[in-house]
Amino acid sequence: MEPVAGIRHVAILRSSHAHARITSIDTSKAEALPGVHGVVTGVDIASVTNPIPSAIRVPIKFYPIAVDKVRYVGEPVAVIAAIDRYVAEDAMELIEIEYESLPPVADPVLALEEGASLLHDDVGSNQVHHRTFKYGDPDAAFASADKIVKLDWRYPRYSSTPMETYGVVANFERQPDRYTIWSNFQGPFILHALMTGALGVPGNRLRLITAPHSGGSFGIKQAMFPYMVLLGACSKLLGCPLKWIEDRLEHLIGSSMAADRADKVEAAFSKDGELLGLRFDNIVNVGAFVRAPEPASVYRMHSASNGCYRVKNIFVENRLVVTNTTPIGLNRGYGGPQFYFALERVIEAGAKELGIDPAEIRRRNFIRADEFPYLAPAGATYDSGDYEAGLDQALDLAAYDDLKAAREKARAEGKLFGIGMAAGIEPSGSNMAYVTLAQTPEERAKAGGRSGGLGTATISVDPSGSVTVKTVSTPAGQGHQTVAAQVVADALGMRPDQIDVITEVDTLTSAWSLASGNYANRFSSVVIGTIAETAEKVAKKIKLIAAENLEVAPEDIELVGGEARVVGVPEQALPIRRVASQTHWHPAGLPEGMEPGLFETTIMNPPMLDAPDDQDRVGSAVTFGYVFDLAAVEIDRTTGEIEIVKYVSVHDVGNVLNGLVVEGQIYGGFAHGIAGALLEEFVYDAGANPQAGTFADYLCITAPEVPEVTVGHFNTPSPHNTLGAKGMGDGSSMLAPTAIANAAADALGTYEIELPLTLNKTWAKANGQEYHRAGATRAKVGEGPREAGAVEGGLTGEGSVELSAPPAVVWEMLLDPDALASVVPGCEKLEQVGEDSFTAEVVIGVAGIKGVYSAAIDLKDKIEPQSVRLVGKASGGLGFGEGEGRVTLEDLGNGKTKLSYSYRANVGGKVAAVGQRMLGTVTKLLIGQFFRGFERRLKSGGDDGGSSGNPGFFRRMFGGGS
Amino acid sequence: MLRIKPDQKQRVTVTVNGKAVSGYAEPRMLLTDFLRHELGMYGTHVGCEHGVCGACTAIIDGAATRSCLRYAVQCDGLEIQTVEGLADADGTLNTLQKAFNENGALQCGFCTAGILMSSTKFLQENPKPNDDEIRDMLSGHICRCTGYTQIVRAIRQASGQ
Ligand code: FES
Ligand code: FES
Repeated sequence: MEPVAGIRHVAILRSSHAHARITSIDTSKAEALPGVHGVVTGVDIASVTNPIPSAIRVPIKFYPIAVDKVRYVGEPVAVIAAIDRYVAEDAMELIEIEYESLPPVADPVLALEEGASLLHDDVGSNQVHHRTFKYGDPDAAFASADKIVKLDWRYPRYSSTPMETYGVVANFERQPDRYTIWSNFQGPFILHALMTGALGVPGNRLRLITAPHSGGSFGIKQAMFPYMVLLGACSKLLGCPLKWIEDRLEHLIGSSMAADRADKVEAAFSKDGELLGLRFDNIVNVGAFVRAPEPASVYRMHSASNGCYRVKNIFVENRLVVTNTTPIGLNRGYGGPQFYFALERVIEAGAKELGIDPAEIRRRNFIRADEFPYLAPAGATYDSGDYEAGLDQALDLAAYDDLKAAREKARAEGKLFGIGMAAGIEPSGSNMAYVTLAQTPEERAKAGGRSGGLGTATISVDPSGSVTVKTVSTPAGQGHQTVAAQVVADALGMRPDQIDVITEVDTLTSAWSLASGNYANRFSSVVIGTIAETAEKVAKKIKLIAAENLEVAPEDIELVGGEARVVGVPEQALPIRRVASQTHWHPAGLPEGMEPGLFETTIMNPPMLDAPDDQDRVGSAVTFGYVFDLAAVEIDRTTGEIEIVKYVSVHDVGNVLNGLVVEGQIYGGFAHGIAGALLEEFVYDAGANPQAGTFADYLCITAPEVPEVTVGHFNTPSPHNTLGAKGMGDGSSMLAPTAIANAAADALGTYEIELPLTLNKTWAKANGQEYHRAGATRAKVGEGPREAGAVEGGLTGEGSVELSAPPAVVWEMLLDPDALASVVPGCEKLEQVGEDSFTAEVVIGVAGIKGVYSAAIDLKDKIEPQSVRLVGKASGGLGFGEGEGRVTLEDLGNGKTKLSYSYRANVGGKVAAVGQRMLGTVTKLLIGQFFRGFERRLKSGGDDGGSSGNPGFFRRMFGGGS
Repeated sequence: MLRIKPDQKQRVTVTVNGKAVSGYAEPRMLLTDFLRHELGMYGTHVGCEHGVCGACTAIIDGAATRSCLRYAVQCDGLEIQTVEGLADADGTLNTLQKAFNENGALQCGFCTAGILMSSTKFLQENPKPNDDEIRDMLSGHICRCTGYTQIVRAIRQASGQ
């Protein structure tokens, strides 16, 4: 997309360090490269923008680019603009940055420990938010309980990784100063206010234009707004329009993810299974910054903390922790998967402990069909539902009794077979104010009221009678156009193909508001209702005009088949086209007092979206759909593979607006849920290095892994919107992880389940083995590599070769820099810089990414001619590493030597994220090459054509007599 | 072997959807970039540029190929079919495209171009596939929206089953 002329293309240089101070950046070589227009660094950006705020008032300065310190691998460090992307990326490699490493921390619990490395010094702690909430009397409920069940667990970090990545074109113009930014941003447009704040301009000087369609979003495209600020500021600094298309590698480390959590839950039950009270203890790993709208992920489900149940006594404790990981944000089901992982697992555990069937315990606690609308303890008003009916339908579809019999049979045969369920409500159409629960009632009072989630829509009918609907819903494949056209066509008696639906947003010309955008299943819960109301206004006006022309009462007019006709007298009719045209061509002939033109706009706030009260209760959403999932799994003890034998998913989405669209959303959400349960995770090692930097490492679910699902429907129309529809995009993405976890727990006979249930994890559980989570140990900088195997991602190896020379000769050559330079693969330069110290420049390619690395190597514990230890560090544009090796020589007689070596190394940066799976192989390959070269050189008597003019030089200089 | 300087543009002529077209490419220019930015054919999508997602699949000399793993200069003289060639000149969708449309087999449509190309080739070789075979073929593609079910249905419908 090139909406303006003269665009330059941007590449973003990103940090390869998880935590480091930037001591210097030299961009001169990059700037000198022909084709480069300019380079911008964090210091430049900080001089023209303000930090981007969030709902949490802590002294964190969040800029869209690192200024003096990097806090996660992938954080932008410099922006290069060039004639094309290829040149921009060439220039990227010419930027020289010096970092001073700081201890990294990726794990939220370790980050909270005393003495943990601090991300933001001014905050004084990595805990950036802490609030507790109490509804009812949880202490009394727990005191009176017959049974208390506790679980604690980790929830993994994953993302829906839309297939289309971020794309931004930014143009800054003077007189008046105005930023225009084209992008595939999806809202919420409340973020527009943050962007204008960061850029320091009034609202009308930041024009955002979004694409009419976007290649998937699932919430992830909310988090591109800092990049919009970044590109805008760079356009101002460089004086030209800029275009940046995020590549997949950038996306997987630098865009956004759902939060990983370290949570606990406790449930109090009576002996017959009544759920008396709940306690949630949530620790949210928000990544390196609190990027708006965080901390919303932990508050989205808050006002519905009772789930589907009648429980009244609830305690919630929320803590947010910053770590050296990518900032988190919206992702399909936003906060839902984590919430249900707590609630629906503890319910199931309670059932087990009490000896009650898990379906039965839910039935006993469900809100009953006659209790709607239901006011939840934390403030949500559930619009409609019949949870028990959904449960019954699911049990029916699953043939539950047969399934239980199958489980008995399988178990009798020694198999691991389990059944699990999960029930949940699906809040849709968010109240923008729920995020302010992060503030105390006093803070909120001071800040002034916040509430609402405005829906806007415009319908215009032009002089030719053509209908255009404008909605600011920024769809990403959810069929908004289709559904809107259908609804408006129904209201106006026309065909859907006669209605044009415009979904792009232009903040200068569209009717938009803070809540506009595509998230929280807004479309069918709020937007479509607003469109329907607007269509009704247009229909009413058409009827009034037609009635006057046909000399009947307006109530007697119906709109059918493109005509306004008198009910029961079809030959008495006017084409709607004619009526519309009259409003433009002949306003004087309109009924008395009627405005000319046919143009209606509706701005509507669902009334239940009020501000939080002083008890921290808030109506956080408009409609509450319902999902009940049931899974049966069989686990293969030998491989750890989980086979999903049966999966049933029952949905209440209110009135169905378009069957095909609803079905597509259900299947899509289901696939995301299964992916979260079994496959997808952004793993960080103990050094906070991301380990999933490509689609070969981050395992998106593909067709063969998606099991068959039986979908059931029942509908309780929502009284909260004109069409009776409910939001429904999240669906099983929220519940499948838990349903599968419950089934696996049932199969394995444990409550300790950690997602994703990968083969190695499940195998370990099935065979009573320990499984170590990556990143759970602390990284210590400067201590060299840890014990072999202690840390995932650590590189270890050993081997030996037989060489055709006696140990003394081998030793001599090992210590000879010139000789080494000629046999080390990719070695461009090798110099001695001090007593037992070398530096080297080596070109290494891993997984198709080739880079220059500078290495510093020290020799330690030399025992001539027997053994030596090498300790080294290397860094380059694509990554860095540290490690050590030991070489021992053994005299085999006959002038031969056995050389044995072992090494341990840790590698970070892009090369680790992208080439993780290859590193081991590449290392072995390089070592092999090295010794082949070594042997060749030995055989040729020290001269194989390399630059070996000075044999023994090294030894003579400083190694000789040791 | 042809030797070209790294920064020297080379004329590349390919037959795309039956029509000979040419443009200029440095040796390192990916075929995807050549198709999109040099030839202005944006139908071929780029989802990863490292050969996993399948969005960029085109039929090159009769084989379904990830165009992000080819350099434009490697394709000089070859025959390429892209998604733009599937529908009739007047825009009438072909059977496979129609089936995708009717079954809701695309939501955002980003993955669709690649899947249509793979499926086209697949159905030529296996005109009556069963669901497992379809899913197996689809394993070379990532679709984040649909959950694949409706894609499987569409392909089966297109195969007349
Ligand atoms: S773009 Fe070619 S496979 Fe993903
Ligand atoms: S339809 Fe969106 S990725 Fe497949």
